[in-house]
Amino acid sequence: MKISESWLREWVNPKLTTDELAAQITMAGLEVDAVEPVAEAFSGVIVGEILFVEQHQDADKLRVCQVSGLNDDITQVVCGAPNARVGIKVPFATVGAVLPGDFKIKKAKLRGVESFGMLCAQSELKLGDDNDGLWELSEDAPVGTDLREYLQLNDTAIDVDLTPNRSDCLSLKGIAREVGVLNRLSVAEPVIEPVSATLKDKININLVASDACPRYVGRIIRDIDFSKPTPLWIKERLRRADIGSKDIVVDVTNYVLLELGQPMHAFDLTTLEGDIQVRYAQDKEPLELLNGQAVELASNVLVIADDKKAVAMAGIMGGSQTAVSSETKDILLESAFFVPTAIAGRAREYGLHTDSSHRFERGVDYQLQEQAIERATQLITDIAGGQVAPVVVAEAEHSVLSTKTVTLRRERILKGLGFELPDTEVVDILQRLGLVISETNDSGWIFTVPSYRFDIEIEADLLEELARIYGYNNLPTTSVRMGMELPMHQETALGLDAVCASLVARDYQESISYSFVDPKVQQLLDPASKPVALQNPISADMSVMRTSLWQGLVTALANNVKRQQTRVRFFETGLRFVTNDASELRQEPMVAGLIYGSRHSENWLEKTTSVDFYDIKGDVESLLAITKDSKRFSFEAAEHPALHPGQTAAIKLGDSIVGYVGALHPSIQQALDLPQRAYVFEITQVALASASFPKFAPLSRFPEVRRDLAVIVNQDLAVSKLESTVRGAARELLTNLKVFDVYVGKGIDSERKSVALGLTFQHLSRTLTDDEITSSVNNVVKALEQEYNAELR
Amino acid sequence: MENLQELIEEALNLVSGAHDLAALDQIRVDYLGRKGQLTSLLKTLGKLSNEERPAAGAKINEGKQQVQAAIVAKKEVLETAAINQKLAAETIDVTLGGRANGRGSLHPVTQTIGRIKAIFASVGYSVEEGPEVEDDYHNFEALNIPAHHPARAMHDTFYIDKSGFTDKRNLKDKVDYVLRTHTSPVQVRTMEANKPPIRVICPGRVYRCDSDLTHTPMFHQVEGLVIDEDVSFADLKGTVDQFLKSFFEADVPVRFRPSYFPFTEPSAEVDIQCTNCGGDGCRICSHTGWLEVMGCGMVHPNVFEASNVDTDTYSGFAFGMGVERLAMLRYGVNDLRLFFENDVKFLEQF
Repeated sequence: MKISESWLREWVNPKLTTDELAAQITMAGLEVDAVEPVAEAFSGVIVGEILFVEQHQDADKLRVCQVSGLNDDITQVVCGAPNARVGIKVPFATVGAVLPGDFKIKKAKLRGVESFGMLCAQSELKLGDDNDGLWELSEDAPVGTDLREYLQLNDTAIDVDLTPNRSDCLSLKGIAREVGVLNRLSVAEPVIEPVSATLKDKININLVASDACPRYVGRIIRDIDFSKPTPLWIKERLRRADIGSKDIVVDVTNYVLLELGQPMHAFDLTTLEGDIQVRYAQDKEPLELLNGQAVELASNVLVIADDKKAVAMAGIMGGSQTAVSSETKDILLESAFFVPTAIAGRAREYGLHTDSSHRFERGVDYQLQEQAIERATQLITDIAGGQVAPVVVAEAEHSVLSTKTVTLRRERILKGLGFELPDTEVVDILQRLGLVISETNDSGWIFTVPSYRFDIEIEADLLEELARIYGYNNLPTTSVRMGMELPMHQETALGLDAVCASLVARDYQESISYSFVDPKVQQLLDPASKPVALQNPISADMSVMRTSLWQGLVTALANNVKRQQTRVRFFETGLRFVTNDASELRQEPMVAGLIYGSRHSENWLEKTTSVDFYDIKGDVESLLAITKDSKRFSFEAAEHPALHPGQTAAIKLGDSIVGYVGALHPSIQQALDLPQRAYVFEITQVALASASFPKFAPLSRFPEVRRDLAVIVNQDLAVSKLESTVRGAARELLTNLKVFDVYVGKGIDSERKSVALGLTFQHLSRTLTDDEITSSVNNVVKALEQEYNAELR
Repeated sequence: MENLQELIEEALNLVSGAHDLAALDQIRVDYLGRKGQLTSLLKTLGKLSNEERPAAGAKINEGKQQVQAAIVAKKEVLETAAINQKLAAETIDVTLGGRANGRGSLHPVTQTIGRIKAIFASVGYSVEEGPEVEDDYHNFEALNIPAHHPARAMHDTFYIDKSGFTDKRNLKDKVDYVLRTHTSPVQVRTMEANKPPIRVICPGRVYRCDSDLTHTPMFHQVEGLVIDEDVSFADLKGTVDQFLKSFFEADVPVRFRPSYFPFTEPSAEVDIQCTNCGGDGCRICSHTGWLEVMGCGMVHPNVFEASNVDTDTYSGFAFGMGVERLAMLRYGVNDLRLFFENDVKFLEQF
């Protein structure tokens, strides 16, 4: 909310500079977003009066004006404005004046006629949008006065960004009240006298939906002269709050909104048929709004209606059919109280947000309606005349309207704020805020809450008020006292830190990608699953939740390749969003990685070679090793839609698949425009969440014996199977088994491969005999022959 | 015998002129070997008289020892020279780069979260995490933000299309799902699962439907929650103040401004004096001298009641901070969007 500082100071004028005042308001919880001058810099402009006008001899559009105002002289000014005429008072930029934009006014000759200055339009002074001609100032504007002084332009607009709880400050009155409290000053409110009725017209008001509208105040005013312009002082105050000017009635209702915080509405009385009904809309009830928007209302929307039709969305916006216009003479003024929950959210459902809905959603002082309608009546009739009917008040019982009381216990102040605030100070602060003591007892007080404070309901709210006014930064600061009980510390628990450390040590950079991804990339990598979608994505390429971390990784890779990176190694951790068989949503923590480009960064020691499957597999094995029990994992040839069918392994923990590692499918590589192949892995974090507990095994002091075997087997035999057969056949004497060569090619059947195995034997408590070892090796050879048709090479 | 001295001198000359160990060994064989010239002289002793023999024998042995010693000394010289030559031949340029595998890096957001965790863990806070697709109850209702509450407009919420999945509690028709707009729902889940005292921090991704120069639709927060008997606003101030000083490793001035969050009362925004200009006012602090870094407050009784925490016995405070904001201030990153572009050149700086 924006308000004029000079207007505020008319109500309450603390001895503070503008900056100090803004800082004080901010520190009281009403954050000042900006303090801006209300007018751009200009000088040398005075109020001038046109005394005489004649047509320029040589220019149809120019007129030569004689203008008073500068000293006691009459100054000649050539002017092109169509409305230049005798008797009007206008802004007169004298020779030497500087207009906004550093535009200097000099003596000039226009088509041979001398001109000493310039008469200005509103837009030329950046004081409004009116560009149609000279700005006609009020008839009583004092000729010769500096315009800045006359318009009080040496003022600032203070823009306060109010939190939703402080609806009481959505008016000049509210902010002035707050400034008064902070500076212990009384606030000078304008005197609002009831306007006595000269008519007897009374409109019937039926509160059909009294749960949503327990108070509705109305008044008929007839014979208003809508041709009367809105006085400059009202227009200026509205302008400084970023509210435009329309006609006298609309401007006055906006003025009262700004001044007192009561949203009001005026209907053209002749368009209303019968009584006023405050009711909920019928389902799909049509209404054309003031802004031209035609809406079909839902039945949860409160409307103002006459006997035939809805005429306004209550508290949000009036209808166009019943709006006042330049033809209007008679009006019905509305000043109502709508319950916040009856208005909240409704405007947004229709794409609307108005000054009125903003206030009613948050809470308008429920005792303000009569005062506001009297203020508006006073201003309208003072300016534009009219005959006034009595105020009609329709009222129903409602819990919101009953006086609220809140208990405050002394011990809670100590407990909540951490220090003892003296009673006198407690009472002083709360009374300054408008709370009234309704009871004092041994433990504290019961306070009555003023009708404008919707945010004060419970004891904690009062603590906040005390803290706020006392000053948050004047309150004590202490350290939390905690019990120092030591927790059980689980040695085998592996945090995500260990996962990250392993990958960082292997030259992976951590990336962080958005959890919502491009459905096209999602589809490319995981065509089978239906991702969870956003109802309101920020853009189409961020509209579905990732079902794998690969979507983000390949996107990041593609972007880096575009930026000329030739070697990329990323990992990411985070949730993937997948559905299980029962189509329940699972948010599963994963860790994923991607490698691309050369194995090592370019160096002098070796030619750079590209990474392959065994590079990423090595990284994965190293990652699994943080569990100190790699044996619990196994790799199995598998298929995955995102991966190369011949270079994909499922990572298994026992019998269940916990991840995949493999080469990105060539068609995906092509779709992503990647010049080289990328390799990826993904594994659940749960699989890496705990390590095995180390258990000591005694060391043997007897010699170990190694025997090497090379066997020829079918190429499609997984070496892991071969290894497990060897282990089974060699039995417990075998302490280590290494595959040290795999050969395919010359000298071997093209369907077969040679696998070289190194077997190490050792006994814990004695030296093994040759016979024992030979028998074990023979067992191995026999088993391999039987199971895989293996031949010794 | 007359040529003994001649032989010795001849041998010594040869030894001193030998260039390698093989030549030296040949000299040894030629003079000191079984058939060597000096050894042969011993055989001539028989021709001498008994009186002459001892002296002559001693002289020959003396000569042999003299030559032997010369050979040993020369051998040492030659061996040292050979080693030195080998070492010289093996000299390399030790300033060339090593056969390294490189080392990666943690994302600055992760590093910042790690730092925040470490600071709080050092006094006994534990870490809790929660789901990112969150139900309306935990993200809003349980935090005292009922439907249509104006505070919902402060959160530009991403709503989830529920058609893609079922809800095991069969509440789907009644429940809206959102991408959590803050880490505060983890507070609620922590209170539901644990009895006080509670001291946790909850880091994680959060989402708001907003994207421009200073907003990304996803960012990170760390939430803190302390519940115990007699926890006061003064304790909250102390905790936040100590944290910020610890985080920035400086005695940075901190101020508390009244604010509003539906789930805390009293609520405060926390500003630190601008780390860039020291409070004089600059572009980074919008010429105010202060930077808003956190929100905090005492847990609202309605929040406690929703999670069945007894408000007569317990009180608590909560605080929340934007991780990217802190990382930008600490590391001088000038564009928020860089955090999620995953440019290698950005990541390798951390």
